[in-house]
Amino acid sequence: MYSSEVKFVDTHEWVKKDSADVVLIGITHHAQELLGDLVYIELPKVGSQIKTHAVIGVVESVKAASDLYSPIDGEVVEVNESVISDPTLANTDPHHAGWLLKVKLSDTAQLDTLMSANEYRTLIGA
Amino acid sequence: MQQTALYNSHLANSAKMVEFSNWQMPINYGSQIKEHEFVRSDCGMFDVSHMAITDITGIDAKGFLRYLLSNDVAKLENFGYGKALYSGMLNINAGIIDDLIVYYTEFGYRMVTNAGTYEKDMKWIDEVSQKFQVELTKRNDLSIIAVQGPNSITKVAGLRPDLAVKLTELKPFMALVVNKWFYARTGYTGENGLEIMLPSIDAENFWNKLLSVGVTPCGLAARDTLRLEAGMNLYGHDMNESINPSECNMDWVVDLSDADRDFIGKAMYIKYKDSGVKYIQSGLVLEGRGVLREGQKIYDTHNNEIGIITSGTFSPTLKLSIAMARIKPIVETRAYVGIRDKLELVKLCKLPFVRNGKILIN
Repeated sequence: MYSSEVKFVDTHEWVKKDSADVVLIGITHHAQELLGDLVYIELPKVGSQIKTHAVIGVVESVKAASDLYSPIDGEVVEVNESVISDPTLANTDPHHAGWLLKVKLSDTAQLDTLMSANEYRTLIGA
Repeated sequence: MQQTALYNSHLANSAKMVEFSNWQMPINYGSQIKEHEFVRSDCGMFDVSHMAITDITGIDAKGFLRYLLSNDVAKLENFGYGKALYSGMLNINAGIIDDLIVYYTEFGYRMVTNAGTYEKDMKWIDEVSQKFQVELTKRNDLSIIAVQGPNSITKVAGLRPDLAVKLTELKPFMALVVNKWFYARTGYTGENGLEIMLPSIDAENFWNKLLSVGVTPCGLAARDTLRLEAGMNLYGHDMNESINPSECNMDWVVDLSDADRDFIGKAMYIKYKDSGVKYIQSGLVLEGRGVLREGQKIYDTHNNEIGIITSGTFSPTLKLSIAMARIKPIVETRAYVGIRDKLELVKLCKLPFVRNGKILIN
């Protein structure tokens, strides 16, 4: 689930390399488990610049609303329309089909500063 | 932290356990939406043993309850043993201390109150009871399993063939008492169903029997979305000690028909009604996407703040967000709700949203 080619941040988002300077971003399995059945996801528009630690959207389950934090600096190049129309995709397949954003990195070296899968597993006690 | 007699059964069914009013209770068994849908379409069961059962006996039991509660237990006698009454228990200012169900039985009265209010309820009830010859018995020996959904009575009747006819013929808000088992046709979901009080030593076995006939275990999360769709108040959210019954659609549980009956909160309730209603309860439906939540503010079309959401959620049946709100009476049928930094359009509507599997709003 928390595979070694994926990076993580302590606000429970994952970041995976899609091409040289483009990454996919989503919420972790652990995050979706805490939230429960997801019913609404709000994401930034394509073209917006996002900054590390900034609130860039919201993920809401039946029981709670949770802010979505940007794990990196970059520009949004695509949003996952499928997960917007069916937020439960982020419950059933949070690390693949339930991805949220595709982002062009401002600085590819930033990836190396994020948590590894093992570090994330330690953080959540998995 | 307290555990119910069904604690191990919940773990065996992969429940996610949470703390609720100092009890360890199942919040869901995987998906609260699936549990919700099961109750609307078939049959689910809830462990609600955290709720408090108190038996009230003694020669003054009736007089005591007529004084303690806003609804009048005197009318239960017209229906015979087993009749249930939903009521508020008010403070002197007509604020709601708790909402409860009281049953009229052969042995006296049985009252079921909320878990979160248990200590303050008992303190209050003890205090009021000093002037009456009554005995209060907390029934810690009993558990409560709510079996809810269109197929619930058939399922329970199938497990108790000896009682099948009586259970099938049981009228809403009536209870059947068989030895220590108490089958009440009441619920908190807006569906047909039973709330069964039974000896805790039998609880696990009965739970497993219900499982074996396809009754789905459901957690507190589904219970909340079901009751909200059904337009039923939740204590501590839609009502509390600073809200009077008129402000949360509970006028119907304040019985003023016997002018000679005094009850706690009566004078202030009447005074409030005479002075003109300031707040009413309304249902809200969010037109766009997003989720209404408790505490969000409501504005009229001229941008005046008119009230607040007391309970909000995503409705699994309507597939959009709904809420219950306390607002000033307005003539418009639309309003705005502040969600984060935006104002979102909502439609005002009558409660409930859903009853017996059917959507009641347009």
